[in-house]
Amino acid sequence: MSVGAARTPANLDAIVVGAGHNGLVAACYLARSGLKVLVLERQPYIGGAAVSRRLYEDFTYSNCSYVCSLLRPEIIRALELPKYGLQVIPYEGGCTMMQGGGHLAVYDNHDALRREIARHSKRDAEAYDRYSRDVIRQCKFIKPLLMREPPDPTSFKPRDLKELLNLGKRFHGLGEQRMYDTLRFWTMSAADFLDEYFESEIVKAHFAGSSIIGTALGPRSPGTAYVLLHHYMGDIDDTVGAWGFARGGMGAISKALGASFEASGGTIRSAAPVARILVRRGRASGVALADGEEIHAPLVISNMDVRRTFLETMDAKDLPDEFVRQVKNFKIRGSSGKLNIALDGLPRFPAIPEGSPSTRGDMHVTDTIEMMERAYDDWKDGRWSRAPYIDMLIPSQIDPTMVPDGKHYMSVFVQYCPYQLADGPWDAAKRKAFGDTVINTIARHSPNFKELILHAEIRTPWDIENEVGLTEGNIFQGELTMDQLLFNRPVPGYAQYRAPVRGVYMCGSSTHPGGGVMGAPGANAARAVLSDLRMAH
Amino acid sequence: MTVSAITHRYDCVVIGAGHNGLVCAEALARAGRSVLVVEAGNQVGGAASTREFAPGFRVSAGAHLAHLMPAGLLRELQLESHGLKWAARGMGTTALVPGGANLSLGHEGAVLGLSAADAQAYAAFRTRMRRFAAALAPALSRVPPRLGTSDWGDRLALLRIGWEIRRLGRRDMRELLRIGGMNVYDLLEENFESAVLKGALGFDAVLGANFGPRSPGTVLTLLYRLAGESAAGDSGLSQPAGGMGALCNALAKAANAAGATVRTGATVATILVDGDRAAGVVLQSGESISARTVVSSADPKTTFLRLLGARHLDAGFVRRVSHIRSRGLAAKLHLALNRAPSFNGASEASLRGRLLISPSLQHIELAYNHVKYGEFSSAPVMEVTVPTCNDPTLAPPGQHVLSAIVQYAPYEIEEGWQSGRRRFMETALETLETYAPGLRSSVVGQELSTPADMEQEFRNAGGHWHHGDLAFDQFLMVRPVPGAAQYRTPMGGLFLCGAGCHPGGGVMGVAGRNAARQVLTRDPESA
Repeated sequence: MSVGAARTPANLDAIVVGAGHNGLVAACYLARSGLKVLVLERQPYIGGAAVSRRLYEDFTYSNCSYVCSLLRPEIIRALELPKYGLQVIPYEGGCTMMQGGGHLAVYDNHDALRREIARHSKRDAEAYDRYSRDVIRQCKFIKPLLMREPPDPTSFKPRDLKELLNLGKRFHGLGEQRMYDTLRFWTMSAADFLDEYFESEIVKAHFAGSSIIGTALGPRSPGTAYVLLHHYMGDIDDTVGAWGFARGGMGAISKALGASFEASGGTIRSAAPVARILVRRGRASGVALADGEEIHAPLVISNMDVRRTFLETMDAKDLPDEFVRQVKNFKIRGSSGKLNIALDGLPRFPAIPEGSPSTRGDMHVTDTIEMMERAYDDWKDGRWSRAPYIDMLIPSQIDPTMVPDGKHYMSVFVQYCPYQLADGPWDAAKRKAFGDTVINTIARHSPNFKELILHAEIRTPWDIENEVGLTEGNIFQGELTMDQLLFNRPVPGYAQYRAPVRGVYMCGSSTHPGGGVMGAPGANAARAVLSDLRMAH
Repeated sequence: MTVSAITHRYDCVVIGAGHNGLVCAEALARAGRSVLVVEAGNQVGGAASTREFAPGFRVSAGAHLAHLMPAGLLRELQLESHGLKWAARGMGTTALVPGGANLSLGHEGAVLGLSAADAQAYAAFRTRMRRFAAALAPALSRVPPRLGTSDWGDRLALLRIGWEIRRLGRRDMRELLRIGGMNVYDLLEENFESAVLKGALGFDAVLGANFGPRSPGTVLTLLYRLAGESAAGDSGLSQPAGGMGALCNALAKAANAAGATVRTGATVATILVDGDRAAGVVLQSGESISARTVVSSADPKTTFLRLLGARHLDAGFVRRVSHIRSRGLAAKLHLALNRAPSFNGASEASLRGRLLISPSLQHIELAYNHVKYGEFSSAPVMEVTVPTCNDPTLAPPGQHVLSAIVQYAPYEIEEGWQSGRRRFMETALETLETYAPGLRSSVVGQELSTPADMEQEFRNAGGHWHHGDLAFDQFLMVRPVPGAAQYRTPMGGLFLCGAGCHPGGGVMGVAGRNAARQVLTRDPESA
């Protein structure tokens, strides 16, 4: 990656602050439409939370985000990411292991999963048909909204009214009964929603898992049901629901985006931390780096979360008081941790039959919704879950390029882990204790797991904040709760990617439609920038 | 059961003489229908009744404060002329602290014991929330519209809701749309410092709800309560003379005066169906009563699954009904005291209002955690009233009654209420003792009724005083279930008028009134 002021081009059109995947997506779209764009990244490497890093010998860790599923296919196509080296390898299964041995295998294929569910409950196997039909229906309803700028319901502008009408039309198009179903789906708790379909605890627990990842809510909290969509929203080559690994780790996505960006004339400067966004006469004039260097451009697009952008890199006097108050009230709570583990070999999981594809996908050990809810209660009390929900994968089985021969890499996502502990700040001892909690949780299901561990990187929300810059280590740059979605994201009245200061834009996951390595906020923000430019001319 | 020959014939038969059933019956009778109300209990009132719980001591068996019945409805019914007297109106609230540094919130919004910052924030918060409440109040009192119909009435109703929210102006509308889906914990944390104030305000959001303050949707439940009070003309917390039962006695008199007949001790066994219409009811005695219209104030599960029977309904509808979440979480504690209780730092006057034991949001949340795992709260929160301070007639001279709503007490607990009741009673008494030292020594009679007990006493499935959780997914046009949200049901001639319908429980009477209007306008065959 090119480094150094030397290569900072003159008369820039736009500066993107932060080379996370959304920053890069926005930068690509702007560069492709002919703008002169500079991307500034604080770290010596690009990618933000979509990175591949070598932290131990020749092992490559996807040490933040770890699976590829939400990246919008239209973005992959438009930015020609495959041409720039992105290769996504789908994985076809996963499993949830049970406390008393036994497991629920999970297959991408509906009928295969249906047969597996029938092993646990015939009734649930039938309910599963109803369930996936209903959830996919909700997916189809919401999908078109992802790549659109949310309307402002308080505005009378033609565009907003048109969008609202559009939304109303789509909603009305569902028909009366579906409208009621939709109303309930978007406001229910995952636990209540699943109770309406299934009886088997393991089946409910398996589905509920995706509803709590990254959120500071439990499966019984209203508004968690819709997060179940994530399981179905995943979209590789348009096969609904498929998930996969980026060959070479999640960094491969950022690398491809970076290459695509530079190929269309853009410049990236890494190790260039932005200290301030400069405002002159009420509009953006550029940025000042930590070392004092000033770089000027009429457009500044921030990939940082809104707290960082407006409370830490901008001057409150340049912003409306109400806006600042709202940004302070925006909820960004850390609730997830991560372990990246280098393994001397493939761990055994007695619960899973030899040669089953289940170990090649995402593995879980939480077999009741109550366990998840109790894990959440721990978070509320300001401690990490004593029996955490974990989402564990061994990508090296599918992508050997990540590890030396015969070795393996395991990625373990952990829910819940607080940013602030009730008993004082994080320290090395507490971090280790947290890591041990997770490792022991896994070891209970894999007898030889512990002796295979060569190295483990333990990341608390506090670490994630300090390294990636995500406030409180919240992986979505702000909670995905009812009050922070659509026209409320990040704050009411400013959900259209435009900051209150002319020339300043937001393109991070703090904006609609939120987090996950999706790229939609970046693409939508770029569209907003370009439409404003067109108006100007 | 042998069905004897039909003995009576009415235009309308109303199942249940709770406040909603009586309000509905009065309206139907006033419109000229011949109306019979059949009540299983031996007195009217249902969960809004007064009864003796210890020799010489009487108490409101369920709800113990009135604050939600619309002023218009009260006037319409002329309950005063039918004998209703108020022992107290506009009662204040005192948030108790073990040490006695209590917080008193006056009905008019005055608060004693707050920091300057909080006092200012509270005034602003109260004004704003009342503005929101006023905007939502009309939607709360009207029949909820159906979605996606070509009926202009429905479309108009939806537009009206939208318009009332828009009329708030951009800034307020944005704020309402933001906080509407929030949890009350975050909202209060955004606004206040004082833990006691937050605890007290948070309590009203979870009172009778299957929620803790951190559950999203608790701002909605708070707004629901405030909107109800707004529709009630903000007369505030009131206590009828003679307990809540007196209110329903007055309602029964009003219904009689309008020409309706009320029969107590008459338990409905089934709803008669003739072809595709409800045709009356059969009592457990075997007596059958025919009517053109049957209006049930029983909860939806009881009405559809027990009294009507699933075989008369389509599978999808039955599934929706069986999924209604209707398990109560509030217990009622009744104490007979041989002297006036004295709570730390609580004045004589504050005993005439309501006392809250809800010292902080964290405290409520921890109390709620237990519910999720089938346990009762080890440190419960309470709404305490001492009705005898305003109405000595409820107890022998010089003695007192303490009536408290105690949360959380799930409908079912792991260990079973058999042994659980004694332990929960002990927990509740211990909690009270810390706020009112010496109270226990003055107890001469005690009663704890859990949701399971209330189910027995009031015959509402789950013992839930709202006949179903108040939550986004059981609200407005999806309450109790789509297809019955406008008080009509898929069964011709069968209507709902209970708390299971919009706008829900709390002694409000709106469901009863709306149901009557629907019967009169939407069921030509009812007369």
